[in-house]
Amino acid sequence: MSVAEAPRSDASGRGSAFSGATAGDALTVVEPLIFERSRAERRAVRFPSASERARVAGDGQPQLPASVLRAHAPRLPEVSELDMLRHFNRLAHLNMAIDLNFYPLGSCTMKYNPKVNEWAARLPGLAESHPLDPEALSQGSLELMWLLAELLKEISGFGAISLQPAAGAHGELTGMLMTRAYHRANGDGERRTKVLVPDSAHGTNPATATMVGYQTVTIRSNDRGGIDLDALRASLGQDVAALMITNPSTLGIFEDQIDQVLAAVKDAGAIAYMDGANLNAILGRFKPGEAGFDIMHFNLHKTFSTPHGGGGPGAGPVGVSERIEPFLPRPMPVLVEGDPDAVRANAWAGQSTPGVRFALDDDRPQSIGKVRSLYGNFGMFVRAYTYIRSNGSAGLREISEDAVLAANYLRVSLHDVYDLPYDRLSKHEVVFSGRRQKREHGVTTLDIAKAILDHGVHPPTIYFPLIVEEALMVEPTETESLETLDHFVGVMREIAELAASDPDAIKAAPVTTPVGRLDEAAAARKPDLRYRFPDETDAPDAPAGAPTPEAPTA
Amino acid sequence: MTYSPHTDADRAQMLDAVGVSSVEDLFADIPAAVRASAWDVPAPLVEQEVRAELARLAGRNRIPEVSFLGAGAYRHLIPSVVGEVIGRSEFATSYTPYQPEVSQGTLQSIYEFQSLICELTDMEVATASHYDGATATAEAALMACRLTRRTRVAVSAGVSPDYRRVLETYCSGPGIEVVTVPVRLAEGEDGTTDPAAVQALDDVACLIAAQPNYYGQLEPMRELADAAHAAGAQFVAVVEPTSLALLEAPGAYGADIVAAEGQPLGIPINFGGPYVGLMAARMASVRQMPGRLAGATRDAQGRKGYVLTLQAREQHIRREKAASNICTNQALMALAATAYLTAVGPNGLREVAELSMTQARHLAGALESAGLAERRFGGTYLNEVALRLPNAARRHATLAERGIVAGHILERDEPELRDTLLLAATELTTDDDIARLVAGLEQTR
Repeated sequence: MSVAEAPRSDASGRGSAFSGATAGDALTVVEPLIFERSRAERRAVRFPSASERARVAGDGQPQLPASVLRAHAPRLPEVSELDMLRHFNRLAHLNMAIDLNFYPLGSCTMKYNPKVNEWAARLPGLAESHPLDPEALSQGSLELMWLLAELLKEISGFGAISLQPAAGAHGELTGMLMTRAYHRANGDGERRTKVLVPDSAHGTNPATATMVGYQTVTIRSNDRGGIDLDALRASLGQDVAALMITNPSTLGIFEDQIDQVLAAVKDAGAIAYMDGANLNAILGRFKPGEAGFDIMHFNLHKTFSTPHGGGGPGAGPVGVSERIEPFLPRPMPVLVEGDPDAVRANAWAGQSTPGVRFALDDDRPQSIGKVRSLYGNFGMFVRAYTYIRSNGSAGLREISEDAVLAANYLRVSLHDVYDLPYDRLSKHEVVFSGRRQKREHGVTTLDIAKAILDHGVHPPTIYFPLIVEEALMVEPTETESLETLDHFVGVMREIAELAASDPDAIKAAPVTTPVGRLDEAAAARKPDLRYRFPDETDAPDAPAGAPTPEAPTA
Repeated sequence: MTYSPHTDADRAQMLDAVGVSSVEDLFADIPAAVRASAWDVPAPLVEQEVRAELARLAGRNRIPEVSFLGAGAYRHLIPSVVGEVIGRSEFATSYTPYQPEVSQGTLQSIYEFQSLICELTDMEVATASHYDGATATAEAALMACRLTRRTRVAVSAGVSPDYRRVLETYCSGPGIEVVTVPVRLAEGEDGTTDPAAVQALDDVACLIAAQPNYYGQLEPMRELADAAHAAGAQFVAVVEPTSLALLEAPGAYGADIVAAEGQPLGIPINFGGPYVGLMAARMASVRQMPGRLAGATRDAQGRKGYVLTLQAREQHIRREKAASNICTNQALMALAATAYLTAVGPNGLREVAELSMTQARHLAGALESAGLAERRFGGTYLNEVALRLPNAARRHATLAERGIVAGHILERDEPELRDTLLLAATELTTDDDIARLVAGLEQTR
């Protein structure tokens, strides 16, 4: 029953490639809320009763006082297992996903998520390992974390890695906290109050700087899409704590003056932070730690293929240079008995090393502390380790080669129909502008994105980076075939033609999706953020959009 | 092996279209001075080889036959159907629902998640999830600072030490002072937050307390909430979600913000993650909440649908003025919690909570009546209990070698709690497990 493979036609005569959602289709999905499927006393899962022995044994124990007991049971849904499974399977049917659709969402690296990674993450020996078990029982988990960190060190050129941050933005927070700890340790914490961020940066970069109490200074890009070196040098003073840059940038461009940028930052005594979101373009070609960056976060869910899960979980390990290493979060998995070279060599040969012992080192007096409970998103470490070992040295290089080749192929295949504000060699992604379509036909980038949906393709990232008007940020990744890339080119060309010949048709898109364009303004004006039971009066409204007070700072 | 579909012919065709002669030309923009040196990354493995390597590592862990370890991460039954739901490719391999028309599955499930968490906590609004319970707690503290415009937060020492360390780190960012309110740990006391210290609180943005607390003890949450409110502070309740089938809901005792670790709701123990942080609050505070929110709306034809909403709080719009730098949430883990709560329903969740409590009482009763251990605290506990026994650390280690993990050694967190183990029970704890623990402690007496 693979509806996605067989595009049908709708009234407009255009193909409906969205799986099972065309109006009037037998597979049309209108799925009520799970609460609306509930019937009192219906059950899916049952649990055993406590034994008489258990009850009697606990008789002398203190009773729960009535004052702590709940007055009314929570009104959770009451459904059978089949009802429940159908509900969620029908919801699943309403999603586009990598496993169904081309998903060239720029900056997100929506590559194929190999299934052997999932097999590995579900191995009972790993999935059932308790983080507080005695270390003697957890040697496999600790070895896996240690080996993954060793591989990330090799890949990035950094001297030390913390796996603890739970996501890319969380890695940024860790990085900025370490930046501040470093400057404070050097007696330089008071005067270094600014973080420089290029105007092409991810929104998380300035938001992170604020969370650490830093003031953000925006550095403009030059007309080639790179950092304006003069503007950078003019802003770099004794009051600057760090430069946060994404390289390759959100324009998909490698910062070809990176050596000069790093030298200028170093001269000013500031920390060079690299947002590693786009590492997929440079595996085996550029090692940020070796080049002179002090800190970088990885996005295991991007470069190393752990599933994005509809918006998480991710994992955002950080790599650091020697001078930042003392400030890494604690604890750190460490090898306490055994020769690291031998442990690595044996593991690469699939062998355990006799007599080896791993531990968690919490004795890190200069550490910024903990950024997450326990040790991080271990399940993502398992997947990333599996992925790196599967690909190996040659495979990792090939990933970047094919990802970059695909992005450049799309660049040259579409640059005659969509403006390309920075027409240069691309890395992992290419950023077009819909400004011509907007100016000439009144068709916006949002309209174009919605029209793409009707072709069974997930649109690129839109309106980002902010420095490109009507931006369309396309990241094809290395796992899409030439046929898929050509299909996308065809779709984009067809939409460009339609924008000229029948702009209203594009403005009406999407027409093959389960719902049309949704009224987001109404959603924000009168927020409806939870189910209301039939007997319930409306919950209090949110206060009208009041200005947001700034986070307090000391 | 790689997952690239490209044949040499494909690559040649693409290189030709791009107008370069080799793949090397695609990297010509990397300055020679900073080109990567060689690396020590091993050779590729095919599937059966990589499976063997992961099986090797899994085999180096020893999963205990019997475990009473909790201390923030609990082994519960995960119904098979929950794994089936989160294994669906359409959920697992999609991303943040930036295009709502093709993400209704994810968005509706988030809306259902938010609704379930509101119902469980008796709060008015819940977020789409956070990294874990500790970061949700820290974000709740920062949110309280924004709401009250104060720069100190108070946290009970009954909140997990792991959470408090994360809280300290987060608060060090904007320079917020963290005041720790002691727990009464002396002989004969009940292991709960010191009411005198709570009464003395002044000029704090919030008081954070846990129910049950880290030592398993039940706190007088209503009194703590009242004291916080008297000081003009928000009351942040850190709760264990399965307990809410039995215990008074935070909304009923006056919590302003609720933070929780959602791992017990259908998420594997996984050596610490991924888990899911829960956060709920009053609607009046919604614009200061961090993280994503899904809301219901309609399309032009009047069809109901769901979108991410109130995004003006978020980093991709507000940049340096955002309420938080959060970008992703833990959507797939939130889906697991949604599926779990749906699968067990109100009766199942109550059975889980009751059976966990009954087995914790069985465990404590059995050890006490055998003269092997005594409860460290007075007062009441629920599913986890602190027990004192001679030579606790040594006997814990001996039992671990025999495949029995006798809970968590509390002296590691709190030196005052010598020879004290924190033992958890869940519905998976059997009578036989308890008998084996009793026998093991008898043998090491």
